[in-house]
Amino acid sequence: MPSAPSPLHLAVALDAAGWHPAAWREPGARPRELFTARYWTDLVTEAERGLLDFVTIEDSLSLQSSSFTGPDGRTDQVRGRLDAVLVAARVAPLTRHIGLVPTAVVTHTEPFHVSKAVATLDYVSTGRAGVQVKVSGRADEAPHFGRRPAVPLRVDELDSPAGLALLKELFDEAGDYVEVLRRLWDSWEDDAEIRDAATGRFIDRDKLHYIDFTGERFSVKGPSITPRPPQGQPVVAALAHRAEPFRLVATSADVGFVTPRDTEDTRAILTEIRDAQATAGRDGETVHVFGDLVVFLDDDPAAAADRRARLEERAGAPYTSDARVFTGTPAELADLLLEGREAGLTGFRLRPAALPHDLERITRGLVPELQRRGAFRTAYEAATLRGLLGLPRPANRYAAL
Amino acid sequence: MSKPVKQIHLAAHFPGVNNSTVWSDPAAGSQIDFSSFAHLARTAERAKFDFLFLAEGLRLREQNGEIYDLDVVGRPDTFTVLTALAAVTEKLGLAGTINSTFNEPYEVARQFATLDHLSAGRAAWNVVTSWDEFTGQNFRRGGFLAQEDRYLRARQFLAATWELFDSWRGDEITADQDAGIFLTDPAPGRFDHHVDQFDISGHFNVPRSPQGRPVIFQAGDSEEGREFAASGADAIFTRHGTLEDGQAFYTDVKRRLARYGRTHDELKILPGVSFVLGDTDADAREKADVIRHQQVSGPTAIKLLEQLWNRDLGSYDPDGPLPTVDPLVGENTVARGRASVRMHRDPVATAARWRALAEEKDLSIRELIIAVTGRQSFIGSPATVAEALNHFVQSDASDGFILTPHLTPGGLDDFADTVVPLLQERGVFRREYEGDTLREHLGLGAAGAVRSDPAGAANRKAAS
Ligand SMILES: Cc1cc2nc3c(=O)[nH]c(=O)nc-3n(C[C@H](O)[C@H](O)[C@H](O)COP(=O)(O)O)c2cc1C
Repeated sequence: MPSAPSPLHLAVALDAAGWHPAAWREPGARPRELFTARYWTDLVTEAERGLLDFVTIEDSLSLQSSSFTGPDGRTDQVRGRLDAVLVAARVAPLTRHIGLVPTAVVTHTEPFHVSKAVATLDYVSTGRAGVQVKVSGRADEAPHFGRRPAVPLRVDELDSPAGLALLKELFDEAGDYVEVLRRLWDSWEDDAEIRDAATGRFIDRDKLHYIDFTGERFSVKGPSITPRPPQGQPVVAALAHRAEPFRLVATSADVGFVTPRDTEDTRAILTEIRDAQATAGRDGETVHVFGDLVVFLDDDPAAAADRRARLEERAGAPYTSDARVFTGTPAELADLLLEGREAGLTGFRLRPAALPHDLERITRGLVPELQRRGAFRTAYEAATLRGLLGLPRPANRYAAL
Repeated sequence: MSKPVKQIHLAAHFPGVNNSTVWSDPAAGSQIDFSSFAHLARTAERAKFDFLFLAEGLRLREQNGEIYDLDVVGRPDTFTVLTALAAVTEKLGLAGTINSTFNEPYEVARQFATLDHLSAGRAAWNVVTSWDEFTGQNFRRGGFLAQEDRYLRARQFLAATWELFDSWRGDEITADQDAGIFLTDPAPGRFDHHVDQFDISGHFNVPRSPQGRPVIFQAGDSEEGREFAASGADAIFTRHGTLEDGQAFYTDVKRRLARYGRTHDELKILPGVSFVLGDTDADAREKADVIRHQQVSGPTAIKLLEQLWNRDLGSYDPDGPLPTVDPLVGENTVARGRASVRMHRDPVATAARWRALAEEKDLSIRELIIAVTGRQSFIGSPATVAEALNHFVQSDASDGFILTPHLTPGGLDDFADTVVPLLQERGVFRREYEGDTLREHLGLGAAGAVRSDPAGAANRKAAS
């Protein structure tokens, strides 16, 4: 008897007015509110209404730009953004079930700070935090920090020896970074706080641990100043397009976002990640691989196509993305998602082309469609993000057995 | 001509990592769970306080080579918890202590600008300058900053973030959907900052926030610290709690303002103080005595003594006399990551003073420590405390207070219910918030009057 296929996991990627650069000009858009708490609260609340597993919140340490070296001088697109971890924190007390996965740029930040920030996000959301780690090879970000030389690299140079060397360096560092995050989260055992009035001890110091991490780019002593967060380990995610990031997903992440062109490509990517996972000795662990899709969703296929055409006309260019772009109805999208699950993906991260329109078509169109097909939850079944993703609360690596 | 009656500023300090928090009390709750922070913030807002304040520590404290276990240990990330608090409050200012040594201006400016956006103008930054290598072991930058460089970096850090806050004028975003013009400037947020500590340039990516820049606090008492505050801060968090000390400090710091072209009202002086309320003054004094003994147990007294003596004093009896040996001078190797270590500038002189005091009043180690480590505490019935607080402010010993309750999270409840109404009756404390931003609560001007080099002390001195 074939086992019932596991239910699909569904996330949305939130970015400004949506992933299409002209999205802010759409009738339902709220371009003047992009820097307000209410805007983000409304979006995440809508995603929660649709019972989605989590939202990701994009971020970068430079102005959005089509150029890799600096601002592109465009005034017809959204520029400027808020710190994603803090956006997630602002929304956390106003939501109850949905996971919150902000982006953190690991190349220019301190793992100690990010570790306690994500742990704290886990506290303020009572167990719904994750983090999407992102490297930065952008030439304009390094001078914002002045700590490391800017390596000007064009996207078409990524496969050159210099490009590959840079990628390896950045992703090796990201791997170290995630290792430090994880060790810091474990640096307090769950029961370290004892409040033993009889002996006057607030903590049992034997249950706090130095992490003593030493790597190429940084070393961190530990322990964290923030006790182990509710989930033990918040969820670590990463976007991956090629070998180095696939390795990061396989060795370090709980969720990888990938961008296959088709089913065959999906299988190839999954093979690569699962092989690397085995090499890293993580076969027994769940590593989710989500497909990323940009979506233009309408109940009528022509409406979706028209809307995409209208946005492209306003942008003055056909829309392209690193991820596959889907234009159509919730039913057609449901077909595509189930096909992806067939190929081995455990979930999808949908990038709404325009907000809130495409988000609402996901929550009010796609989700009911998937529910009808028995492929998506009808109520939140767990209180934590790990719980929603079927990930166990991990044992503490430092706890004596 | 009589002096105008001053309005008192009040803030709540979330009690945490120090021996003033009585964690063993049955009413003590979590120092980490968000519900604790939300409770204190809601109480402070109900009482119409100016702001809630968070301290920061970036390495767990150690003594005699071991993690310190007698006090509360553990705290959340400052930015994250303050931003979450913005969701459960509407007017309360949100002040975070952030270190200028183990951070970078671009990131800190983004975080404060974001907090200011997401709280609609309620962010404040307490700039601290901890430098030690011990803390540095948790960071990429490491512990290389020499003590004399820390205010250099702090000044340059503040100037750099100030340039970033000012890099967007505030009118760039038009979001004209029909014309297809989102912003008027093709490359907003330009900055260029090349000084000893920073070699940075590019484009800041957070649009100008409601307050323009956060309210700036300084906490530190040295000559450099005072000058730093006078040149660029909006408020000082001080430990000078007695009336005389407070007045001397107040006069000294306010006197420095003119040098920077600033007026008396542009810098608020806010000592951190504690309080104990009782039905009667005698009742409160009794309670205060119990609390002080909870805060300073025998073992805690020895630990606090070791922090000055810089020696292992584990064999001493807390109920016995002070050691006759002198403190070890030099790098403090016994206690690490403890603020008090940095406060003891001349340990031998301090020890002599403590010994004299102990002899004069016949105090044991524990009683001596209780006597010398107490912050200014307002103790009495609500009427007594209200009167004392008001007298303090009207006598120019401060412009208000940062109150640290000894209980988490309910330690401010009684104060809000009993003392605040009395201050309101006297007409010295607001009944309703008159503005929306923290800058407005503190009676500070808009941040529009930009001094883009907040700490350019040298330049301004040379010009005057
Ligand atoms: C009232 C007060 C509160 C302080 N709070 C903190 C804090 O939360 N975190 C921190 O790292 N340093 C804190 N400090 C330390 C100061 O930032 C500064 O490093 C220290 O006082 C030495 O500076 P000084 O030489 O100017 O006195 C505080 C200092 C004072 C006076």
